Amino acid sequence: MIGLFKRDLALAVRAGGGFGLGLAFFLIVTVLVPFGVGPNTGILSTIAPGILWLGALLACLLSLDRVFQLDWEDGSLDLLATSPLPLENVAAIKALAHWVTTGLPLVVAAPILGVLLNLPGPGYGWLMASLALGTPALSAIGTFGAALTVGLKRGGLLLSLLVLPLYVPTLIFGALVVTRGAAGLDATTPLALLAGITLATIATLPFAAAAALRVNLR
Amino acid sequence: MSFWEYANPRKFMATSAMLLPWVATLAALCLITGLIWGFFFTPDDFRQGSTVKIIYLHVPAALMAINAWLMMLVTSLIWVIRRHHVSALAAKAAAPVGMVFTLIALFTGAVWGQPMWGTWWEWDPRLTSFLILFLFYLGYMALWEAIENPDSAADLTSVLCLVGSVFAIISRYALVFWNQGLHQGATLSLDAEQNISDVFWYPLLVCIAGFVLLFVALVLYRTQTEIRVRRLKALIAQERMA
Repeated sequence: MIGLFKRDLALAVRAGGGFGLGLAFFLIVTVLVPFGVGPNTGILSTIAPGILWLGALLACLLSLDRVFQLDWEDGSLDLLATSPLPLENVAAIKALAHWVTTGLPLVVAAPILGVLLNLPGPGYGWLMASLALGTPALSAIGTFGAALTVGLKRGGLLLSLLVLPLYVPTLIFGALVVTRGAAGLDATTPLALLAGITLATIATLPFAAAAALRVNLR
Repeated sequence: MSFWEYANPRKFMATSAMLLPWVATLAALCLITGLIWGFFFTPDDFRQGSTVKIIYLHVPAALMAINAWLMMLVTSLIWVIRRHHVSALAAKAAAPVGMVFTLIALFTGAVWGQPMWGTWWEWDPRLTSFLILFLFYLGYMALWEAIENPDSAADLTSVLCLVGSVFAIISRYALVFWNQGLHQGATLSLDAEQNISDVFWYPLLVCIAGFVLLFVALVLYRTQTEIRVRRLKALIAQERMA
């Protein structure tokens, strides 16, 4: 398990394109928003929580088709399926590796982009907390979607269509935490619900992802 | 005589061929009676005027949009557990029907909302969750279309349907948290003594019966088509082998 995790991390860092790409995408989306809505700082600071969460979500989505696709193409997914490691663990580790390479950098970068969008002062702590608690759910749900579409030749667009509706609850609670936090209100309730979604997806979706992988490898 | 006999495509085809004309005729009768009764022979509401009559399309369509997904969930489960092909094909057949009912509910709601709420669309939990349900239908159908092997397609869409159902319910309650609603509460609930005035209630019941029968008829018909497509493919494959 640890070996697989290290291998996935090394591949993401060394193969290029995977590791920094999500982060760069996040940056570009955030920079483009003021061009779209105008440089009015008042408007920007009200929509900043939603934009930051949406940007993080799209950045996660962008790297999803890499989760299983490369392993599927070169056959290492078949090796993993025949190895003594249960496929459920493989799915969980893949989700973890995806989170470490995509979600974690987003959590670290988000406050800097928050400054660009003029996020109000009390929001920063909540932003970090909500992204840290919420992005694992994005990775877990996304891994499930990637497992569903791994056998398809052009699965990328279909993957987005399947995964985005599943992201709705996470996005709602995540953005709500930041909006409330930025307004100086207490945001522990949505934060707790967000954590609940994350824990539930981590606990259950690797099983669904493994079931989908088994069908695709048949 | 057990329910599982219908897992045999032959048996299913025979029974559904016998049932289909009856169900279809009944559906047409119910819809014609219910809609004409509802549109022309019920009084206007004292506040909503004649717009209240859109209820005869809106409520049954919304009801069946959710129930179609529920039916897909049950048939997907049957496929996953007992691997009856008819069940998987019935789920496939129900999806477009459910999607159209969702669209009807959204459209009639918009038409009603324009004069009543002063807006075509409002980010209300009920409206938004129907929009999300529509997206779920789209994704489900797209996945069916994308996979070539029919058994893998049935398996993967079943898994998607199961996971999607859970997320649809979570989204529904997350949306309540997200925005307070403008939409009125449930029109129909089983525990209420009187849901709406009897003048509107009876034609509505007839319309609901009509929509249920319409759904059953369409799903039976579409499932028959799917089975025939499957048989045709098998025949073509046989020809090629011979």
